Amino acid sequence: MISLAGRDILHGWGKFVLTSVGLGLLIGVTLTMGGVYRGMVDDAKVLLDNSGADLWVVQRETLGPYAESSSIYDDVRWSVFGMPGVERAANVTYLTTQVRRGGEDTRVMVAGVEPGEPGAPGQPGYLTAGRHLARSHYEAVADEASGFRLGDTIRIRRNSYTVVGLTRRMVSSGGDPMVFIPLKDAQEAQFLKDNDAILQQRRRTAANPSLNRPGVPGMLDGVIASQGVNPYVNAVLVRLLPGADPEKTAEHMRRWMRLEVYTRAQMEEILLGKLIATSSKQIAMLLVILAVVSAAIVAFIIYTLTLGKIREIAVLKLIGTKNRTIIGMIMQQAIALGVLGFMIGKVSATFWAPKFPKYVLLEVRDAATGFAAVIIMCVIASLLAIRVAVKVDPAEAIG
Amino acid sequence: MRRGSMKGRTLLLVLLLLPLAGLFVYVMTNSGPLAPVPVTVAEVESRSISPALYGIGVVESRAVHRIGATSPGRLLWLDAQVGEMVAAGQVLGELDPVDLNDRIEGQRAAVRRLESLVAAADSRVAETKARKEYAEAQAARYENLLKKKAVSVEAADAKRQERRTTAAAWSSARADAEAARAEQARAGSELKGLLARKEDLKLVSPVQGLLAAREAEPGSTVVAGQSVFQVVETEGLRISVRFDQSMASGLRAGLPAEIVLRSRADEVFAGNILRVEPIADAITEELVAKAVFEQTPGTLPPLGELAEVTVRLPALPEGPVVPDAALRRFDGRLGVWMMENGSISFRPVVAGRRDLNGMVRILEGLEPGERVVVYSVKALTPRSRVKVVERLGGGV
Repeated sequence: MISLAGRDILHGWGKFVLTSVGLGLLIGVTLTMGGVYRGMVDDAKVLLDNSGADLWVVQRETLGPYAESSSIYDDVRWSVFGMPGVERAANVTYLTTQVRRGGEDTRVMVAGVEPGEPGAPGQPGYLTAGRHLARSHYEAVADEASGFRLGDTIRIRRNSYTVVGLTRRMVSSGGDPMVFIPLKDAQEAQFLKDNDAILQQRRRTAANPSLNRPGVPGMLDGVIASQGVNPYVNAVLVRLLPGADPEKTAEHMRRWMRLEVYTRAQMEEILLGKLIATSSKQIAMLLVILAVVSAAIVAFIIYTLTLGKIREIAVLKLIGTKNRTIIGMIMQQAIALGVLGFMIGKVSATFWAPKFPKYVLLEVRDAATGFAAVIIMCVIASLLAIRVAVKVDPAEAIG
Repeated sequence: MRRGSMKGRTLLLVLLLLPLAGLFVYVMTNSGPLAPVPVTVAEVESRSISPALYGIGVVESRAVHRIGATSPGRLLWLDAQVGEMVAAGQVLGELDPVDLNDRIEGQRAAVRRLESLVAAADSRVAETKARKEYAEAQAARYENLLKKKAVSVEAADAKRQERRTTAAAWSSARADAEAARAEQARAGSELKGLLARKEDLKLVSPVQGLLAAREAEPGSTVVAGQSVFQVVETEGLRISVRFDQSMASGLRAGLPAEIVLRSRADEVFAGNILRVEPIADAITEELVAKAVFEQTPGTLPPLGELAEVTVRLPALPEGPVVPDAALRRFDGRLGVWMMENGSISFRPVVAGRRDLNGMVRILEGLEPGERVVVYSVKALTPRSRVKVVERLGGGV
């Protein structure tokens, strides 16, 4: 038996292919928009994954270190270390800054981590080239997205750092690539003013009569020296012993150390529910509109395609074709259009997604949902067309 | 005709759709979570690594001599500029003596007066002694005459009394002379003290060295203890290096070191560790060591310049070694992903020391020749499909 739908498609195959390409690109855009949303959420989650922490110890009454600034003394780590259930505790600092690469600026998040054993909290979990930090100064591991290559020099504030390792998908919640540098340098970078500012600060201090007393030599030097230290970090990342209850340990720390402690679930809530809430809702809104518009366009296309064939359908009816056959033809065509469009959309989305400046995550589940939505849409749209086709008067064929 | 054209169209459509279908299948299997993860693989080597320690420090002198006033005063003159070499004992400047010279003059006059007083007292001793001797002689003569009954008892008594009076006068004169001498000695000592204080107003370099700083100018008032000059010994130039405590195992005196000065980054100076300070810095969590140059650089680096010091530790015995990027943490344990027959499995290992090139000695869990995953574009799980590639993007 000859497929009526297949014959019809072959009859107007140019139109069919072009329509499906158009439809496919539209589906591709919708899938990409979904990918942008997923990427945004994933950026936030990956930041938590990459930190390798079970608990985040931050300044009291802040949502630090990602959503708010937080600063605690760096020796808090030792007290944290002594808490029951804690396996490792590591200081960490985060600083979002512009660094120069060649002639252009790149926005990066500089993470100060304690160099040492790979896999310690805060350290990048995996590399794509090079090695981990081995020296306690002037080395950096950069995310590939920052554009740096092995052996490049990154200048952050006053110091230059040599890129010794590269990693991938280490980004801040805003999607900025991360650069890992040794903690001591990072503490300095976070605090260090430019040399002019330092000199002026010294002058200002020297002009303050209560800090520069004539009868007390050395006092001014002491005051100036105390201005030049930064014993603060943004957070302490804690890894728990296997089997330790995060909530219990966190509660213990909150109670006895009077610091804010977040568990992984709470941190995710902060990042997703607070930090990227509005921007992700914005994208989600756009995604919904785009999906609705795409669905409408798909429906219109199939509807007009059928309307374009109304004369032929009338002829079919005239020669006695059963309604079922006509319905089958329209529906098969619509589904074929949908399947082809989805394939084109998926392929194009996959090819252009990596070109986006920020991460676009195309999930299989989303693709499946998308596919189902497209097919359902096609069926619904074809129902409209079928209604018209069934109602058509065979007389129109000759009228 | 019509049928043939239909066949042609079918062919054309199939030709168009086939690559699309192929592409679609490729896309579905090679992107997203189903895609194989590109990884690079390396063999576990058996070799010896030389761990190294890395620290930064500042150039300093063995000793910095801060030369300053021991009592408050105003600087009268200074005669040395920063950068000059000064000799031991060289006078670099002086504080204003104010009234000290006048007081010395006054003391000198007092000493002279006391000298005269001593001379007068001595004369008085000589005079009373003469009187006493004469009175003794007279008294002895009258004693004889009394025995012969040639003089009256009364006359003899008078001579005896005269002898006793002159003896007492002599004693008194001698005591006066002693007192005058003591007074003279006291005044002399006081004069010496004043002279010493005057000497103390001079700023003298105790050593031969480089004048590194001049912290006050003539006319300014300095308090006791405030330094005016800093003199450093050029012989004892060294670097105070700080090593992260967690990464400093094996640090000890005598190890060879490579020193790079911040201002001369392309020059490596040979040196060694002179000593590891017995007191570590508890606040910065660092060990402090002193490194010295094997040969002092021709142009002396300024004190306080930053220097990077790399200390080479003795090579470890041969053993299994992997790049540190191979060490991963999975399921709360440190280990490596083994590559066997195209699939991966996690094996916990015990890692030993690491060198500065990122090679890690594996103490337990790996044998030389086994293959492990080094780099991957994402975190691995036992269910990850992997694709071994030569290198991942971005590498050199």
